[in-house]
Amino acid sequence: MKRRTFLKGTVATSALAVAAGAGLLRSGQALAAEWPKAAFDAGDVAAASKAAFGSDGAASKDIKIKAPLQAENGAVVPVKVETSLADVKSIAILVAKNPKPLATKVDFSGDSVGFYSTRVKMGKTSDIIVYVNSGGKILKASATVKVTVGGCGG
Amino acid sequence: MATKIKARKKGNATEILVLVQHPMETGSRKDKKTKKEIPAHFIQTLNFAINGKSVADVAMGIGVSKNPLVGIRVKNAKSGDKIEVSWKDNKGETGGAKTAVK
Repeated sequence: MKRRTFLKGTVATSALAVAAGAGLLRSGQALAAEWPKAAFDAGDVAAASKAAFGSDGAASKDIKIKAPLQAENGAVVPVKVETSLADVKSIAILVAKNPKPLATKVDFSGDSVGFYSTRVKMGKTSDIIVYVNSGGKILKASATVKVTVGGCGG
Repeated sequence: MATKIKARKKGNATEILVLVQHPMETGSRKDKKTKKEIPAHFIQTLNFAINGKSVADVAMGIGVSKNPLVGIRVKNAKSGDKIEVSWKDNKGETGGAKTAVK
C-alpha cells in the first residue's frame, strides 16, 4: 500500500507535465479537451449560441440564475445556475453585451446534477443568458445585472 | 499556479469547488506603463474526474474572472471517492489538484 501511494505521488508529479504535453492525459479529458473556438470568438449572442448549441433555444422557467441584481465590480460577478431539467448535458453562461458573449460552457457526463457556478467579467450592465442542453433540447433563461464599474479593459 | 479543490455534501449531492490562481488575461488590456498590449493568457479547459472517470468538462473564454472559482455538483459520490481536476490554458500551461470525498 505504501509503495503504491509513493509511486503514485512521484509518477503523478513527474509524468504529468510530459503526459499533458503529449496529450496523453486521462482518456476522459482527451475526449472533450477540444476548446470550441468558434463559439468563444463569436461577437454576439446569436452567433455564440449557434456555434455552441446549433440553436437559439427556447425560454424555460426551470432554469434558475443566481446573480447579483447590481454588481459593484464588473470584473468579478458570481453566477450560479441551477436547473431541475432532466438529463442536463451542458450549461453555458453568456454575457449579452460583452464583446465576446460566451463566458463559459460545461459539458457533463455521468452523475452530474444540473448545477454550475462560476464568476464572470461584465463590461457594462447586461443580461446574463444561460443555455441548458436538456436531453438534446436547448433551453434558456436570462437575468439582468447592473454594473457600476466595468470589468473589461484597464 | 496554485489550484485548490474542495468537496462538500449538499443534501443528496456533493459540491466540488475549484479555485485556480490564474490571471485570465483577455488580450485586449494594455500595460499602463509601456502602453503595450498584454497578451491573452486564460484557462481554456478544466476537467473534473471522479475515480478516474470524467464527469464534467468546462470550457472557458476570456469572460471568466481572474482566479476562476468553478463549482459543479455530482450525485452518488461516496465517501473516499477520488476527485481530480486538471486544467490547461491557451499557452499550454497545465495544473490541477486532487482530493477525496469525506
